Amino acid sequence: MKATLVLEDGTVVEGRGFGAEAEVYGEVVFCTSMTGYQEALTDPSYAGQILLLTYPLVGNYGINSEDYESSRIQVEGFVVREACDKPSHRSAEATVHEFLKREGIPGISEVDTRALTRKIRSYGVMKGALRTSREAIDAQSLLERCRSSPDISELDLVSRVTCERVQHFPGRGPRIAILDLGMKLSIRDSFLRRGCEVYVLPARTPAKEILALEPQGVVVSPGPGDPKAVPYAIETVKKLMGEVPLFGICLGHQLLALASGGETYKLKFGHRGANQPVKDLSTGRVYITSQNHGYAVDAGSLPEDEFRVDKLNLNDSTVEGMRHRSLRIMSVQYHPEANPGPKDSEYLFDEFLEMVGAPSPPL
Amino acid sequence: MPKRDDIKKIMVVGSGPIVIGQAAEFDYSGSQACKALREEGYQVVLVNSNPATIQTDSEIADIIYLEPLEPEIVAKIIAREKPDGFIGTMGGQTGLNLTAQLADMGVFEEHGVEVLGTGVETIKRAEDRELFAELMKEIHEPIPESCAVNSVDEAIEAAERIGYPVIIRPAYTLGGTGGGVAHSEEELRSIAQRGLSASMVGQVLIEKSLLGWYEYEYEVMRDSADNCITVCNMENIDPMGIHTGESIVVAPAQTLSDEDHQRLRSAALKIIRALRIEGGCNIQFAVNPETWEYYVIEVNPRVSRSSALASKATGYPIAKIAAKIAVGLTLDEIPNDVTKETPASFEPALDYVVVKIPRWPFDKFPEADKRIGTQMKSTGEVMAIGRSFEEALQKAIRSLDIKRYGICCDGREYETKREVIEEELRNPTDRRIFYIYDALRIGMSVQEINRLTRISPFFIEKLRNILEVERSLAGRSIEEVSQEELTRAKRLGFSDAQLARMLGCEELEVRKARRAPVYKMVDTCAAEFEAKTPYYYSAYDAVDEVKTSERRKVLVIGGGPIRIAQGIEFDYCCVHAVVALREAGIEAILVNNNPETVSTDYDTSDRLYFEPITLEDVLNIIEKERPYGVIVQFGGQTPLNLAVPLAKLGVKLLGTRSEDIDRAEDRELFTQVLRRLGIPQAPYGTATSVEEAKQIARRIGYPVLVRPSYVLGGRAMEIVYDEAQLERYMRLAIEVSEAHPVLVDKFLEDAIEVDVDAVSDGEDVFIGGIMEHIEQAGVHSGDSACVLPPQSLPRDVLGRIKEYTVRIAQELNVVGLLNIQYAVKDGKVYVLEANPRASRTVPYVSKAIGVPLAKLATKVMLGEKLRDLGYVGERKIRHVAVKEAVFPFLKLPGVDPVLGPEMKSTGEVMGIDYDFGKAYYKAQLAAGNRLPTGGRIFISVARRDREAILPVAGKLHELGFELLATDGTKACLESAGIPAKLVRKVSEPRPNILDVMLRREVDLIINTPTAGKVPFTDGFYIRRHAVDLGIPYITTAAAARAACMAIESVLKGEISIRSVSEYHRGHVHELRLEDFSGR
Repeated sequence: MKATLVLEDGTVVEGRGFGAEAEVYGEVVFCTSMTGYQEALTDPSYAGQILLLTYPLVGNYGINSEDYESSRIQVEGFVVREACDKPSHRSAEATVHEFLKREGIPGISEVDTRALTRKIRSYGVMKGALRTSREAIDAQSLLERCRSSPDISELDLVSRVTCERVQHFPGRGPRIAILDLGMKLSIRDSFLRRGCEVYVLPARTPAKEILALEPQGVVVSPGPGDPKAVPYAIETVKKLMGEVPLFGICLGHQLLALASGGETYKLKFGHRGANQPVKDLSTGRVYITSQNHGYAVDAGSLPEDEFRVDKLNLNDSTVEGMRHRSLRIMSVQYHPEANPGPKDSEYLFDEFLEMVGAPSPPL
Repeated sequence: MPKRDDIKKIMVVGSGPIVIGQAAEFDYSGSQACKALREEGYQVVLVNSNPATIQTDSEIADIIYLEPLEPEIVAKIIAREKPDGFIGTMGGQTGLNLTAQLADMGVFEEHGVEVLGTGVETIKRAEDRELFAELMKEIHEPIPESCAVNSVDEAIEAAERIGYPVIIRPAYTLGGTGGGVAHSEEELRSIAQRGLSASMVGQVLIEKSLLGWYEYEYEVMRDSADNCITVCNMENIDPMGIHTGESIVVAPAQTLSDEDHQRLRSAALKIIRALRIEGGCNIQFAVNPETWEYYVIEVNPRVSRSSALASKATGYPIAKIAAKIAVGLTLDEIPNDVTKETPASFEPALDYVVVKIPRWPFDKFPEADKRIGTQMKSTGEVMAIGRSFEEALQKAIRSLDIKRYGICCDGREYETKREVIEEELRNPTDRRIFYIYDALRIGMSVQEINRLTRISPFFIEKLRNILEVERSLAGRSIEEVSQEELTRAKRLGFSDAQLARMLGCEELEVRKARRAPVYKMVDTCAAEFEAKTPYYYSAYDAVDEVKTSERRKVLVIGGGPIRIAQGIEFDYCCVHAVVALREAGIEAILVNNNPETVSTDYDTSDRLYFEPITLEDVLNIIEKERPYGVIVQFGGQTPLNLAVPLAKLGVKLLGTRSEDIDRAEDRELFTQVLRRLGIPQAPYGTATSVEEAKQIARRIGYPVLVRPSYVLGGRAMEIVYDEAQLERYMRLAIEVSEAHPVLVDKFLEDAIEVDVDAVSDGEDVFIGGIMEHIEQAGVHSGDSACVLPPQSLPRDVLGRIKEYTVRIAQELNVVGLLNIQYAVKDGKVYVLEANPRASRTVPYVSKAIGVPLAKLATKVMLGEKLRDLGYVGERKIRHVAVKEAVFPFLKLPGVDPVLGPEMKSTGEVMGIDYDFGKAYYKAQLAAGNRLPTGGRIFISVARRDREAILPVAGKLHELGFELLATDGTKACLESAGIPAKLVRKVSEPRPNILDVMLRREVDLIINTPTAGKVPFTDGFYIRRHAVDLGIPYITTAAAARAACMAIESVLKGEISIRSVSEYHRGHVHELRLEDFSGR
């Protein structure tokens, strides 16, 4: 199968098609994580994006029944140097190609992914289009369609990925509600593993309904796209602040900033990988974190009497975490639930449970 | 935390000589550490006995001691220098042991020295089996159980507790025999029985068997603030049962899911925290591929060969960062050198695949057991980088310099017999990867190969991809192969040579037909940030990243993997060439593929290409860079082999012209040169048949030295004493190299060999050193100890040697380095050979005289004149510098530790003092041969050495030693009035000499071999026992004489402890500009 990837700046790359025969549009982003492609493909935060992996060998250990972060593939398209068609792992059930094909997602391989990464690094993330086909592909017309496709900031991607109805998971520990804006299953599981009772709530669940469940803590989950594209969620967060302990993760962290009058902005090419160093300013400790975001909180915009930035990215000094000065609110820009990535920040779940006043028993 | 300002002076110890398992990686690590410490403003005192190291250069450390790495010596240096801090973790196992010993002796306490970074407690906790087991238990990390037992019943009890299968290892045997794997009690009974009787001490070790489990390594760092990162993980393609140093390794790990990886990563961080390591650490895991149960196999609380590999594989300089951590800096305070903008507290992201393959010395030890296993036997390794696994693997294979251009289609004969292949897969040798390919070729399935090798199917499938390309291309012609197909093949690492063979054309035709490669950068971050570090590898991809400059530039071709006869000395010379180029304002570009060395440190050259050293790969770089010239004379034989082909293609070689190199290397041409100059040469002839060889031998007279032409390191060389021996040799030699004739030289028995290293600019000559060998002619010059200045050569002989050297240099138009070997017999000087290139003694001579010869040679090659540089004539020194070779016998069971014309040593040490005896004593000590100053000496020598040994024995007796001897030698000693105690021979009933040795009732063994290569003589067992038991031993009469002088000298006076610059102080102005160039 043939495949062509175009970028809005006119870049045309031809390669080998795999997965489904299709044409898709999205923001082209790169991730430097060397493992965890299944988790990334199914991470709802990648909705609206064509994902490029910088590590050249993808699919080595196949696709298994466990490493799902949601029930389906969330990326629009997939760009790799080499897609492994003979995986080897005790739990491999399918190849990456089979997985993408089953889910109707196109992929392109045998392309110079490093050159594309360098381009995105230099010019910033761009709109792109990926077409796979058995027929010849007209790159010019694909490029035109790419350019006329909507920008990611114009889309309410959260509505596409949130759950449809309330889900309840019993547990003997504290009751935690997760506002699902594109939640990764690992976040839910992190609380379940700690014995919590968990509610997963659709993105448009009003604050009143959330509070009616009498949760001991509410998690505002990660999710795709521009935080400003989900004003309803900002409203919900505003109303929850002060009513119940809050833990914002990734998009949730950005929404907390917006809800308290702060600002967010788009990063040139985002942070996507499993090796981002974050310094906890209160302890001086450095953590290697898993990240996946294209927007960041503007530190200077935060109301000084409300939030204190307590974690910074050591690569570019962007805000990685905040604490409310008086309320029980904490947030991080990165992924303590890992999957993929290091588990070094798992302790944040314990910190949150401590904050809600119900420390979890040791795991 | 900011760096510490309460310390000013720091001592760093190196790892000593290159041995199997401890090679150039510690020069790289130590040099990096010294540079990092000096960068932070500390004064560095460096101790190492290995002169062929960059770390012992005056540019790297402030004060350098070339002294034995023995606790009592280092303690004296500490007392003298009074450093504030001490770092032992850069010196391999030697450094760690030294740290622990010095701590136990109370040296640190006495002198108020603080062990920086990873402390003594941590070292002990990681190194002591029991303490380590205890700690792992505390943090719930599983380690495989093991237990030493003395009976079969105990063995069964232990196995039941540990769980089958178990490995049985006899505690002490000759050659590691008698062990095995038992899956049941029944098997255990028989193996344990066998093991117990094979063990000299009646003990076996019962260990949980993890054979066939997957093996992964993690390189982890921790700072004093408890921040931890993993630099890299690596996967051993060869599963458990094969030492990681013997395994083909890939980075990053390929078959771990994120879940798997994070589990091991978390465990690794837990371990480094529990051990409280401050610096780097290597942790190895074994993983059951079915159940995913894992065990912690090994923890190295220091930089290691793996950490050097990880540094080169990722661009993350582990040793440098470890040194900065040792002085109190935290990871977030240390910048990432590669990006300059981001800190060292991150984890490198790779966007390529790295493959490491070990380089084994079996070409030098035909009698050694070539099976690979838990004992490390390789001397070095190569690393290759590719965008696919197949590409990296094939590049690595051609980097090995074993005349292979990839895994297939390069003229290698495929094995087709299924039984042979199955056996090779089950009991691997160094060639296993090739047999896997051959197995696929004959149609064996991936599952079957996996069953026999336990290698992950993932890698076997990759070899199948290569086979598919072979099948799709072989037999076609270059015209009908599409560009796409060629690119596909190149992306899987096929070399032009392989393609040419498949497509029936010339290599250069393939070159014309295919696209050029692009070069990609190694940047630690998968292109996420802009990198400043010029470190590249080739790929068949779309976009090239190299920014070439318009400056004048020179390409230096490195030496490839460390092997016997091509060691770290050549890397040392390449580094010096690069430094000299940069000092001269010329851009220095370096190509090499050895991950251990300083030359492949990314800040050594202006641009580093991590590539195989073949004509194709080097030409690609030359076409990309268009250098003004190329230097081939520093990297040993590997780059030298490219001299003629490169010159033919119009590449400008700096220094001696390739025609002149040929005149020196070709025997006939060289003989003409000597005839014209009227310089004597031992009579010789060239034979192409056995009959011809016999005629020549009869004409020039026995003994003769026979060897194939064009070899380095005396490969397949032998001294034969009669026709029968000659015939036997010829049969073997002709197998070795059928295309080349065999040289038959008159062997100058009992001649003194002399080596000269010189630099010539084509007009004037600077003689670096005239080295007198200790061992007589017939022992390979690389294996012989030697001394500077000469101790026994009369003035007129020395004069003649200088004169010949100058005349040969001028006749051969040598521009750069020149090494000439001479033999002196009865006052007459014969030329043995001349090599217009770097020799392995260049670093030793440079360190001994305090003049960097390789640097000087580079300047000369760039057109400078020795006269202008102030180096004409000869450098005189007042001290004495002895070089001693170091051998791998301990690691090669069953090999007879005798010296001969075949080079066997892996490394060297230098002993320096004010008289020969003490310098020789130090050299022996540094080489691991601790000469006794009292006690008992066993003497058993070949008949022809008896006369020579008598004065030695007499002297030793006089010095108070008790002599032991077997009956023949005893009678001979007693007839000369020297008392000796009788000891039974090995072939006589016990207790015999072996028991005396086992009980360590002897302090030195002097045993010379009988002529000819007769295996399993009494002498063999004695020598082998000495090696295995670590009893000092001597195998030549000449060395015995030198040892005797050494012992006498240290008994009568104390050895001196001086830094190198103190030895050189006062000599600098004695450089004599006397010109004897004859013009």
